[in-house]
Amino acid sequence: MNPRTAHRPRAALAAASAAAALLALTACGGDGQGVAGEPDTPDEPVDLRMTVWTADEKQLAMFQEIADAYVAENPDLVSSVSFDSIPFEDYTTALTTQLAGGNAPDLAWIFESNAPEFVSSGALVDLAPVLSEAEGYQYDDLEPSALELWKDGDGLYAYPFSNSPFGVFVNTDQLEAAGQKNPADLVAAGDWTFDAARDMAAAAAEKSGKQGLVVRDFDYQAWENLATVWSGWGAAPWSADGTQCTFTDPAMVEAMTWIHDATFADGAMPGPGTTADFFAGDAAMTITQISRASSLDDSFGWDVVPLPAGPSGKQNVIGQAGIGVFAAGKTPDVAADFLAWFTDPENAEKLSAYFPPPRESLLTADSLAAANPLLSADQLQDVVVDGITDAVTKPSHKNFAKLQETVRSQLDAMWTADADVAGVLGDTCDAITPLLED
Amino acid sequence: MSLTTASARARRDWWVGYAMVSPVVLGALLFVVVPLGMVVWYSLHEWNVLANTFQFSGAENYQRLVEDQGLHDALWATLWFSIGLVVLNIVLALLLAVLLDQRLPGTTTFRTFFFSPVVVSLVAWTIVWSFLLQADGGINGFLSLLGIEGPNWLRQPTTAMLSVIVVQVFKNVGLNMILFLAALQGVPEELQEAARLDGASAWRRFRSITLPLISPTILLVSIITIVGSLEVFAQIDVLTGGGPGSSTTVLVYYLYQQAFQFNDFGYASAIAVLLFAIVLVLTLLQWQSRKKWVFHEV
Repeated sequence: MNPRTAHRPRAALAAASAAAALLALTACGGDGQGVAGEPDTPDEPVDLRMTVWTADEKQLAMFQEIADAYVAENPDLVSSVSFDSIPFEDYTTALTTQLAGGNAPDLAWIFESNAPEFVSSGALVDLAPVLSEAEGYQYDDLEPSALELWKDGDGLYAYPFSNSPFGVFVNTDQLEAAGQKNPADLVAAGDWTFDAARDMAAAAAEKSGKQGLVVRDFDYQAWENLATVWSGWGAAPWSADGTQCTFTDPAMVEAMTWIHDATFADGAMPGPGTTADFFAGDAAMTITQISRASSLDDSFGWDVVPLPAGPSGKQNVIGQAGIGVFAAGKTPDVAADFLAWFTDPENAEKLSAYFPPPRESLLTADSLAAANPLLSADQLQDVVVDGITDAVTKPSHKNFAKLQETVRSQLDAMWTADADVAGVLGDTCDAITPLLED
Repeated sequence: MSLTTASARARRDWWVGYAMVSPVVLGALLFVVVPLGMVVWYSLHEWNVLANTFQFSGAENYQRLVEDQGLHDALWATLWFSIGLVVLNIVLALLLAVLLDQRLPGTTTFRTFFFSPVVVSLVAWTIVWSFLLQADGGINGFLSLLGIEGPNWLRQPTTAMLSVIVVQVFKNVGLNMILFLAALQGVPEELQEAARLDGASAWRRFRSITLPLISPTILLVSIITIVGSLEVFAQIDVLTGGGPGSSTTVLVYYLYQQAFQFNDFGYASAIAVLLFAIVLVLTLLQWQSRKKWVFHEV
């Protein structure tokens, strides 16, 4: 017998329990309660931790400055506030792993797509009492439509600190080289439609040999980003109450057919497996959030315009992010008090440099201009201020994680040139209906 | 020697012996036995991380294993991946080892070339391949020079699985190649010489002398490769994310999705128990079958 092989069963056992080891390191977190009013002074000042997905040094420095002022003002409550930066791609996974491991952060940024799941889970504390009673907070200044996703009854379970509208960044150099009009002129003339954008993108791509219109972060995985397109058709993946699949509605079939044809017939959008970064000059247009403007420099001429109109007109879409306080945190009442400080009118104005706030008083081109030097007053008015009005958010659901994966898996069949779009959407509905009813 | 001295020495030996093995025993207890017990315990519960609930659910998660179509698809994907990986890896490793055993010029360079991926970071290796395998990546660029239009490797179910297998084969084939080479160099030259004198062809000598004598290494390599094939995760995550569809969603990736994307830790634990059982059974089967084909075990 080979002596090395004699040890393999044990090695196999160790290998098979790798996942077990991960799970074994976890433990249930503690119970948390709702909070209201002034926090009780803890026995000794606490350290607060907020998980975020930004790693932008300027943003983190600003958060720290706001937090340090809170620490200085409340030395009996807190000794420090730290911001724990987790990569964007794995953010929610890392966050829930921390929760499973009994290491819940005190506060956390939460994606809008996960909002219903977090809000309905009982993991977050109700912030409405604290925020509405905080001195000088001006709770009524918060835009009700911005809060909708984060509410359950009268309770508010996260503060939507970022309400970033989607717009279209265009590379005016590439469009001009292809003999195309400036999209801003089409906007002014009321001719800025998805069909026009597709034609211009296809012409620019053909001329430059690069890509045309990129729906940023879609990458044939994060399909929810296509909401920026299908909303122009009045389509949605499921009904407003989240119980009925609407992928097979005529509007969605039309919208998806448009996306499919723009990709495979017109060459206006990059196909699967092709990467193109607009901000590196790889594409003529990109649909993304206005907050990405900070990625631009002067290496090419650019402009930003509102989302085009679809057959059902122009529909604004915003991406939201909330800050919640975990019930399983050590001192949720102190964390909620800090959140009231972090997002009060004065600090919300500072945050608006990067994140359009949910405060009506701050949502003006003038107030945003000071914080966004890269964008002109007209761009801010057209894309940011007007873009938040009557906007819809990207798809969200309390069962979103499973829905995201299931829809992604089904839609993969659509991303070939000869796909039966309506058939794939029918299969998608068959697959997700049990999850919607769950 | 008095009885007391002997007893004291035995006691000292006893302590020293246990002290020597204690780090390994404690490590195994802490990182293998206890986690294994806990994962079985978790698998009997409905554990919602967000709602912070942990309720006993009996065999419910195991019932789901039987009914879950997604899991069945993952088992099929794992089977295809394992077969592809094991066959390609072992055949290629053996072929390379036989070539290197010929003492031809340049063998050192050749050996380094095939072994170097073994010491490269797995994720870095996979990311580089993800660029090469893109629709407009390096591989299709090379094929277009030859007038061939390459497929979109990672976006078609068949080529996606094939790509993941090939990336994994090239990553680890060097290690198996070295193991085979060591075994080949241990085959007594006089046996080969005697067979040659008897007029045996090269193929006959390989089949009747070399293969039986290196069969213990083949057993070792098969067990390592099969167990490794069941653990594949990073390559899937980086290259395909389990797609297209669910064509490359292998068991460990499915387990990861259930636990860390869907927060269903109880069910994920039941899958981990299933994976453990599969690895254990496969290893025991190979171990038991060794007497039939491994030379030294006959």
